[in-house]
Amino acid sequence: MNIYDLTIHELKEKISAGELTPGEIKKAFADRINDVEDKVKSYITVTYELAEAQLKDYENKKEKMLAGIPIAVKDNMSTDGIKTSCASKMLENYKPPYNATVVEKLNEAGAVILGKTNMDEFAMGSSTENSAFFVTHNPWNLNHAPGGSSGGSAAAVAAGECAAALGSDTGGSIRQPASYCGVVGLKPTYGMVSRYGLVAFASSLDQIGPITKDVEDSAILMNVIAGHDPQDSTSIAGKKEDYTKYLKEDVSGMKIGIPEEYFNLEFDEEVKASVLAAVEKLKEVGAEVETVHMTDASYALAAYYVIAPAEASSNLARYDGVRYGLRSEHASDVNEMFTNTRHEGFGEEVKRRIMIGTYALSSGYYDAYYLKAQKVRTLIKDDFDRIFNDFDLILTPTAPSTAIELESKSDPLEMYHTDIFTVPVNIAGVPAMSVPCGFDSSEMPIGLQLIGPHFGEGKIIQAAYTLEKLLNINEKRAEL
Amino acid sequence: MIDKKDVEYAAGLAHLKLDEEEKEKYTEQIGEILDYVDKLSELDTDDVVPTAYTVPMKNVLRKDEVKKSLPREKSLANAPDEKDGQFRAPKIMSD
Repeated sequence: MNIYDLTIHELKEKISAGELTPGEIKKAFADRINDVEDKVKSYITVTYELAEAQLKDYENKKEKMLAGIPIAVKDNMSTDGIKTSCASKMLENYKPPYNATVVEKLNEAGAVILGKTNMDEFAMGSSTENSAFFVTHNPWNLNHAPGGSSGGSAAAVAAGECAAALGSDTGGSIRQPASYCGVVGLKPTYGMVSRYGLVAFASSLDQIGPITKDVEDSAILMNVIAGHDPQDSTSIAGKKEDYTKYLKEDVSGMKIGIPEEYFNLEFDEEVKASVLAAVEKLKEVGAEVETVHMTDASYALAAYYVIAPAEASSNLARYDGVRYGLRSEHASDVNEMFTNTRHEGFGEEVKRRIMIGTYALSSGYYDAYYLKAQKVRTLIKDDFDRIFNDFDLILTPTAPSTAIELESKSDPLEMYHTDIFTVPVNIAGVPAMSVPCGFDSSEMPIGLQLIGPHFGEGKIIQAAYTLEKLLNINEKRAEL
Repeated sequence: MIDKKDVEYAAGLAHLKLDEEEKEKYTEQIGEILDYVDKLSELDTDDVVPTAYTVPMKNVLRKDEVKKSLPREKSLANAPDEKDGQFRAPKIMSD
């Protein structure tokens, strides 16, 4: 196997065995980026200067969890003095004056940050085609999208352009691209990972999480990034654990619910067959699988398209051309400066969502849209709580299909439907992981989603780890 | 059903400038999205309490102590325009 194909835990073993040095590892990944980046286009910015500085500090960090490990970071996480664009013209030249907490944690853990990855503008999208700069290609088939909005992070991991990456997930933006790119993506419980320094999209839904080549790496990265942060008032105190202790091949007696209403939705038959085959494997080794009944996922999607745009319209009000970011040069007074700046700086999808959110929050419509959606949110959360009274996990497909072709979905509502299985998880604030479960007849990866109760990351990791060992497809890599 | 006037109104509130073509397109697309959202009315929520955050949240307070903050030059480094250590914007009042 090539160095760039190795996982975090494999690289750590090679370093401790003296077979590889962090310098050699960094060079191997940089060479890989050199070789494939013009095809995949995962990165908005490569940060080799930062990587070199972090490598120089290796001797002081060599006992740490990610010492010498090359990591990529989605371009909506603030990096001190390094461009953080959110794939938007609005922030094309923005260099944050501080690090996001997760970036600080990567630093402290000895990680070597290789770059900032492409995404849908302000994380609004499901294909990374909404990047203001360029399109990222799926490493398994370059004519297909990597998914989104963390498409650059998922593609970089799948292409061996980093050992692992961080993404953010508001409605599926870690899990759906992980599924499309054949890698593991975890959205932690809301509040498990600090959002300080994450450029806000929908604050009650946004959560940072790991995108990795296997489940073990996901647990390692969670150990680094999870935990309370006084800088984020929504971060949860006292819930962090050692996630690697759940890396056990054991699902005997684990109760897994299969929501009939999800499987009854219209979606790709090959995806369905692959997910159900994986369910059979889990049964064979002792998992207790039962059909359960839940609220139709389409209600969660409807609530999401009120709540997320409403919060976005408020969060994105800050881009006014005054303190940072773009300022239009075509303005004679302050109001014209505001509108022209926002006209020039925001892309089509971002404007669409700001408009929906502004409308939903406007006088006379607040009760009908926003309040109603917040009430439906209660119903959806209660629905998950009810299932988790009797079950350890819920299992669904991650996405209704394998990776869509580039430029194949021009209708916004049709694109929104690619998140039908992932959105309810954010609405309920629970954790969920996408783990590869097979390939379709075009050799495109398929992912399944394991959903746990609040703070149930451990059981998700345990079931996913067991499944990964049963399926034994985690060493298969995209050929480029 | 949303019409062009609603789109113009929302765009005004959000400080967004739209040309005619965009207005037409957004009217149609946002109309379709809101039609979909209307599904929510199928659910009875009369006695349901709204949820803003799904995990228990409490007010977070800290002592009112002066702590290290960003130096002024660093805070101003991204400003499109600045003068005398302050953000500079086009004038708001007429002469």
